[in-house]
Amino acid sequence: MKKFCLYFQVHQPFRLKGYHFFNIARHHDYFDDPLNKRLLKKVAENCYLPANKLFLNLFKRYHGRFKIALSISGTALDQFELYAPEVIGSFQELVSTGSVELLAETDMHSLASLVSPQTFKAQVNQHMEKIGYYFHQSPAVFRNTELIYANHIGKMLAGMGFRGTVAEGVSQLLENRSPNHVYTSANRKPFKLLLRNFPLSDDISFRFSDRAWDHWPLTVDKFLNRIHNMDPSHEIINLFMDYETLGEHQKKESGIFDFIRNLPEHVFKSGVHEFCTPAEAMEEIAPAGQIDVPEPASWADSEKDLSAWLGNDMQKEAFENLYALEAPITKIDDASIINDWRYLQTSDHFYYMSTKLHSDGEVHNYFNPYRSPYEAFINYMNVVNDLTIRISKKITKKEAIHQSDHH
Amino acid sequence: MRVLMFGWEFPPHISGGLGTACYGLTQGLVQNGIEVIFVVPKAFGEEHSLHKNLIDGSDISIDTNEELLINLPKELRYLKIRSEILPYVSPETFDEAVEKRMIEVEKETTRQKSGVKGRKFQFSGGYKGNLMQEVYQYAMVAAEVVETSQFDVIHVHDWLTFPAGIAAKEASNRPLVAHVHATEFDRSGNTVNKAVFEIEKSGLKAADKIITVSDYTKKTLVSKYGINPNKIQTVHNAVLPGKALKPKQNVKSLDEKIVTFLGRVTSQKGPLYFVEAAYKVLQKFQNVRFVMAGSGDLLKRAIERVAALKMSSNFHFTGFLQGESVNTMFAQSAVYVMPSVSEPFGISPLEAMNANVPAIISRQSGVAEVLKHAIKVDFWNTDAMANAIYGILKYPPTAKLMAIDGKKEVKRLKWNESAAKVKTIYQELINEKI
Repeated sequence: MKKFCLYFQVHQPFRLKGYHFFNIARHHDYFDDPLNKRLLKKVAENCYLPANKLFLNLFKRYHGRFKIALSISGTALDQFELYAPEVIGSFQELVSTGSVELLAETDMHSLASLVSPQTFKAQVNQHMEKIGYYFHQSPAVFRNTELIYANHIGKMLAGMGFRGTVAEGVSQLLENRSPNHVYTSANRKPFKLLLRNFPLSDDISFRFSDRAWDHWPLTVDKFLNRIHNMDPSHEIINLFMDYETLGEHQKKESGIFDFIRNLPEHVFKSGVHEFCTPAEAMEEIAPAGQIDVPEPASWADSEKDLSAWLGNDMQKEAFENLYALEAPITKIDDASIINDWRYLQTSDHFYYMSTKLHSDGEVHNYFNPYRSPYEAFINYMNVVNDLTIRISKKITKKEAIHQSDHH
Repeated sequence: MRVLMFGWEFPPHISGGLGTACYGLTQGLVQNGIEVIFVVPKAFGEEHSLHKNLIDGSDISIDTNEELLINLPKELRYLKIRSEILPYVSPETFDEAVEKRMIEVEKETTRQKSGVKGRKFQFSGGYKGNLMQEVYQYAMVAAEVVETSQFDVIHVHDWLTFPAGIAAKEASNRPLVAHVHATEFDRSGNTVNKAVFEIEKSGLKAADKIITVSDYTKKTLVSKYGINPNKIQTVHNAVLPGKALKPKQNVKSLDEKIVTFLGRVTSQKGPLYFVEAAYKVLQKFQNVRFVMAGSGDLLKRAIERVAALKMSSNFHFTGFLQGESVNTMFAQSAVYVMPSVSEPFGISPLEAMNANVPAIISRQSGVAEVLKHAIKVDFWNTDAMANAIYGILKYPPTAKLMAIDGKKEVKRLKWNESAAKVKTIYQELINEKI
């Protein structure tokens, strides 16, 4: 018997508008509202709404036997609120069936776990609040941006009271072990890890409509056959992917919705397999060992490291400049500045600056508003420089007032 | 006196300095009582990306501006030749009709290249977008124009028009003046296009007199093309009156002083030396922002270098600027730097100075020969460049004097004075013929 653990990531970034050098210290509206709205509406129509409808029907049909986990980033929730409130209603209806476990993440889908425990924790709490507000859930399991995981992140999360996290099932973590077990972190405080089965997950999320692929077209039977042949000691198959896989990355015409529709029926027909959510898996399955990850790993590209966001000098420079504002920003209480700084932390901004050239370039280009990583960097830095000026002006002003109060 | 002039571009349809210089020169000649028949190929601009790489100038390509044409003095007869409507001509006919020697050069080059990259220049069809084809088409046009025009001297500008000049000279037996605004060595550094080089050499050889825009360029012709220095005379470029940039008020939004590089970001313009100099300045003085305005094939490297040196909070990229944006950029600038590796003349420091911006220019430029009130450094000497930038930023009297005297100096560079020298050259050539 195996448990299928399905988790989908729902995320949209606030993309920047073309922000020219001449705008610095002049105009402070950074985000491309029309573009973000257009893209969100498109994805809602192709994916969020039809996928929610599909799952809603399946949940009703299987009465709690079929279940999934979702992680919805704070920026995605903010965009639903701004551009398509009906999507929030749709997710709320889905969650209210009781068949959806929501995961916690950084509100801004950020890389804060790599640089600042303080900002990281604050963003996780902000996300927890949002999830509580919209869905009345308090997540027990955390998922970090792009499944970035390292020992120090596990330690922080355990300290924050999470039961466990999800991560990528890569060799640098597993050392020849299978991802189809539950593991614990290499920290003193008990903390569970679920590892993505990336060959099987990618069959759905990347290769599903690839006609050049040996297994095309992928049917549920074909898919389950691969699982039947697995070592019987394997307890869990973690299928983690972007929610946008359904209808957006893999178009409706590819049959992706039919695949999902047929999945539970075939799984139950086997008589031995079932579905579980991440928190249930961590509760029910005994850990098979410890996972030691000194250097951060992620689910991105073939490298499975941080190189998609912090691989080149431009990305590092932009990242450092952004987080150099962390300390000064605590000295001011301007909501609009703080909000801008938060939205600039979304990992997608750094992803657009990637200069890696390989098969994943296609993924990098998805929804990318820039023609080149260089443009992405220049534009982002112009914005960060403007934000820097705004912050230092606020601080100067505050100090001046403070001084005059003393006299 | 009447001159038949072949250019490759002319305002408002210009892609850079060549068209501007041609315009200034023709204006000056008219003021000196010379009638100018100016020929441009209408097909210019069809393959813009190719032109960008071959013509010395920025990436500007402005479309029709009829007013400017209408305002031209009536003495200036401006013929637009639609080279793209020329009937198809086989290489053989072309060979006979125009210029035997040039075709042989062409064929030879083709043969040499065919082993590596296949046939580069196609004579059987596909004229459009092929620069070499256009150049030779233009020579055919020249032969035709000669038949129907009265003139005393032929004047051509840069290699693109050299085959036209040679054809016109052969068809008319009038003296030929070859005007060199840039050589292939300026444009391409060490990766010289052999076909272009051969055309340049043929044109320079066929010319009765050569005009260079600077002594710097004259030296290049002597050393790289083996031209007799006595055949060459320098006539510096000038500035059109009434083209002073009017700095708008309230454009300064940043507290820091701005140091600007404005031009194509290509190896010829030395952008990476600017980056290194910026880094050196920032070690001593942080209250400054550097701006690289322009685009080109070195832009990526410049951006990567700025990121690697961790100075993105003080170093900005604007992309390509034109029109009003250029004025806005100069109006914000405290220093203008032109670190060109090889610049036959270089008009942009004059534009900067005209906008009251002190300029630092490389010694490897023609404009350095005519300017006193600019700081001159060797392009490779980033220490000296940094030192000059620092000096202008930190010592206001320097900046003030450079701005005032620099502007006066630019105002003195008049096209009718340069044109008077050109007139003398024409006169001598005509007298020789008689």
